[in-house]
Amino acid sequence: MELPEELTYTKEHEWTVDDEGLLKVGITDYAQDALGDVVFVEMPEVGEQIKIGQPFGTVESVKSVSDLYAPISGTVAEINHALEAEPELVNSSPYNDGWMIKIEVADKAELDNLLSAADYEAFTKTI
Amino acid sequence: MKRTVLYEQHVAAGGRLVDFAGWEMPVQYAGLLKEHKAASSGAGMFDVSHMGQILARGLDVIGFLNYALTADITEMKDGDVRYSLILNKHGNAIDDLLVYRMDENHFLIVANASNHENVFKQLSSLVTGENLDVSDMSDRYGMIALQGPKAYKILKTLINVPEDMPYYRFVMAEFMKVPVIVSRTGYTGMDGFEIQAHTACEQLWKELMKAGQPFGLVPCGLGVRDLFRIEAGFPLYGHELSEQINPITAGLKWAVKKTDANFVGKTALDGFKREEKRVAFIMDGRAVPRQGYKIISITNEAIMGEVTSGTFSPVLQKPIGMGYISKCNGSWAKVGDKINIEIRGKMAEATITKLPFVKSTVYKK
Repeated sequence: MELPEELTYTKEHEWTVDDEGLLKVGITDYAQDALGDVVFVEMPEVGEQIKIGQPFGTVESVKSVSDLYAPISGTVAEINHALEAEPELVNSSPYNDGWMIKIEVADKAELDNLLSAADYEAFTKTI
Repeated sequence: MKRTVLYEQHVAAGGRLVDFAGWEMPVQYAGLLKEHKAASSGAGMFDVSHMGQILARGLDVIGFLNYALTADITEMKDGDVRYSLILNKHGNAIDDLLVYRMDENHFLIVANASNHENVFKQLSSLVTGENLDVSDMSDRYGMIALQGPKAYKILKTLINVPEDMPYYRFVMAEFMKVPVIVSRTGYTGMDGFEIQAHTACEQLWKELMKAGQPFGLVPCGLGVRDLFRIEAGFPLYGHELSEQINPITAGLKWAVKKTDANFVGKTALDGFKREEKRVAFIMDGRAVPRQGYKIISITNEAIMGEVTSGTFSPVLQKPIGMGYISKCNGSWAKVGDKINIEIRGKMAEATITKLPFVKSTVYKK
């Protein structure tokens, strides 16, 4: 499983990275593989307030649907419109073209909750 | 969990194994959409060994099965296959199955993995006298489904069956000198064959994989099997059929004999006026309808019914589904009408359509 070192992760199988002051979020290679072929990503509206640990959208594959959980509290600043026409980008490029939202972080202290690549990998081995 | 004789092959091919009806089965290999694409243009191979086989033998097995099942068994000839339901006395489905006539005293029934014990119990309960035997042979048979436009070309490199063998017929053929049952049947809506064998199954799978390479044959899991059958509009027990649903409601009256002959459930069906009917619909948006989601009237927001199956159709490039609905404002919804499907608390519009979603390409002479 691909697991870029420079990203940080959550136990809900999301990755995050700083993108010019905003927090960019997507799902991990582990998650896209478990889901199978993604056919729909339901995303929040720009401007929406999201709270850490609460669902902010869903990612749907042919066989199943999973909630997406906010890694941090804040405001949705941008969403990846490319996923509307090409939801399969989540499978083919989960860490790049398959990114989902960018968040304006409300409380930078919450970033401390995120896992390193090593910690996330260790976590995936326990499930 | 039980394992079929093909378990090692699934592991070797990178299959993702899950629990299905108590069997450890591959839900996918390369992925549903890749498997769908490959099988639709070349061929796909499915392990369906978990299904149940029941042998019914005896002097008056024809009369016995004609009473136990909805299909007209009396008009079958040697080598015929028929789709049938087996009902309880309330006219509701215990299972749907295929019946093979080997000869006038000898029939094979292929039932769903999850139900074959109930089918066997029901058939056994109907046996009277000494001249009838019903045996559950499920453990002895493995079964492989080979489906897709290249299925015949691949099959004939290993097993000799006539090219113009009709749909819903079977032959006794040979693979490496071992007798096998080959029927032109399937659950995908495409041309294809189902091959039943005893111990030869594993070797057959390996040889078919090799022979199928130049034709683009891929192993296919239960995930894409469900995708194909929904596109074809086929019911699945536990979804479109259950012990609360009868063939009339399910739109399967064609599988019920039209003769006067008595059969289990006939009294309940005679004069049955259905309160619900099966519908098919295509979503306008991209969220996938799934079993249990409510179907809501657009005109008066009343709950019309429930989704029984749903998936994403790679052919239509849209989510599709089937379900049951009752009358709305005294009339049935028609093809072309709009309905709402409640998906995770939000209304998603869909359009009622005719089945099948994808045109059948089964063999026609």
